[in-house]
Amino acid sequence: MKKLSFRDGLRHGVPIGLGYLSVAFAFGIQAVALGLEPVQALLISMTNVTSAGQLAGISLMAAGASLMEMALTQLTINLRYALMSLSLSQKMDESMQTLQRMIFSFCNTDEIFAVAASQEGRLGKHYLYGLMIIPWIGWSLGTILGAAAGTLLPEFFRTALGIAIYGMFLAVIIPPSRKQKPVRVVVILAAVISVILKYTPGLRNIPSGYAIILCAVAASTVGALLFPVADEEEEGKEA
Amino acid sequence: MTWQTYLPYLLVMALVTYLIRMLPLTLMRRQIRNRFIRSFLKYVPYAVLSAMTIPDIFYSTGYTAGVPDGLITAAVGFAAAVVAAWKGKDLLTVAIVACVAVALVQGILLMI
Repeated sequence: MKKLSFRDGLRHGVPIGLGYLSVAFAFGIQAVALGLEPVQALLISMTNVTSAGQLAGISLMAAGASLMEMALTQLTINLRYALMSLSLSQKMDESMQTLQRMIFSFCNTDEIFAVAASQEGRLGKHYLYGLMIIPWIGWSLGTILGAAAGTLLPEFFRTALGIAIYGMFLAVIIPPSRKQKPVRVVVILAAVISVILKYTPGLRNIPSGYAIILCAVAASTVGALLFPVADEEEEGKEA
Repeated sequence: MTWQTYLPYLLVMALVTYLIRMLPLTLMRRQIRNRFIRSFLKYVPYAVLSAMTIPDIFYSTGYTAGVPDGLITAAVGFAAAVVAAWKGKDLLTVAIVACVAVALVQGILLMI
């Protein structure tokens, strides 16, 4: 089997980078709408490289949340990366020593993970470095373009772009929900709890960061109790 | 936003996000054996994204900012995105389909 090269990584990163460009554009617009400077939005994207966490992050900033709420929210929303990192750590070859792993970790997003995990055989540093570059550029470039040009864009387009990031979330959760009943149950349960927390008097005063934590922990616990995953081999393939 | 307010937030966000990704990759080189934890971790991403999307997606096209038709356009965008995602379209396509659906309905509502 041919070893995947740096160029292979770059090539595989192009569609991810294009997707990030448009979604980050929407993030940039939203960040400015919430009162951040374009440069502040850009710095968040360059250092975080995660859609859901950043979206929740700027909302918490705008709401003046505590740093503890910010940390807990990021921890919960981004906990999935721990699982992805765990899974990928099994697929790396001997060129991925501690330093290389520390560099790659920075860009282990849902999409980069999905592409890397679906390759055959073990992955080396050249391929993984190639894979992370274009998505990172797309994510950063899209953010500054959205943040800077977003205000120039007529309201008509700005409102339409506001839904982009949620469209991407749906694209991640719907296909597995269709194929796997456990995922479907967890997704619906989390949505129902989220709606209850949002509209029930008293409960709706819970800060949004904590509300997401509650939804995620409750729905995932029920999912884990009702549908424990099968053996580890199968889990590896599914991821 | 003032930099004094912003920088601590940025630092916490970036650091927490990075450590979550970095620690498992560098420290843990063996698979988790506990079945409950593995199951829980498998479902977390779906639960998080679902809770972030519902019901917030319905307010994503300006309803809370004073666009009266925002709920309608968002509902159509949501439906369009669900259909596209159900058909297995990729992230970029689903995001564009949602935006185009919202833009179309906005255009129609402007005309009538």
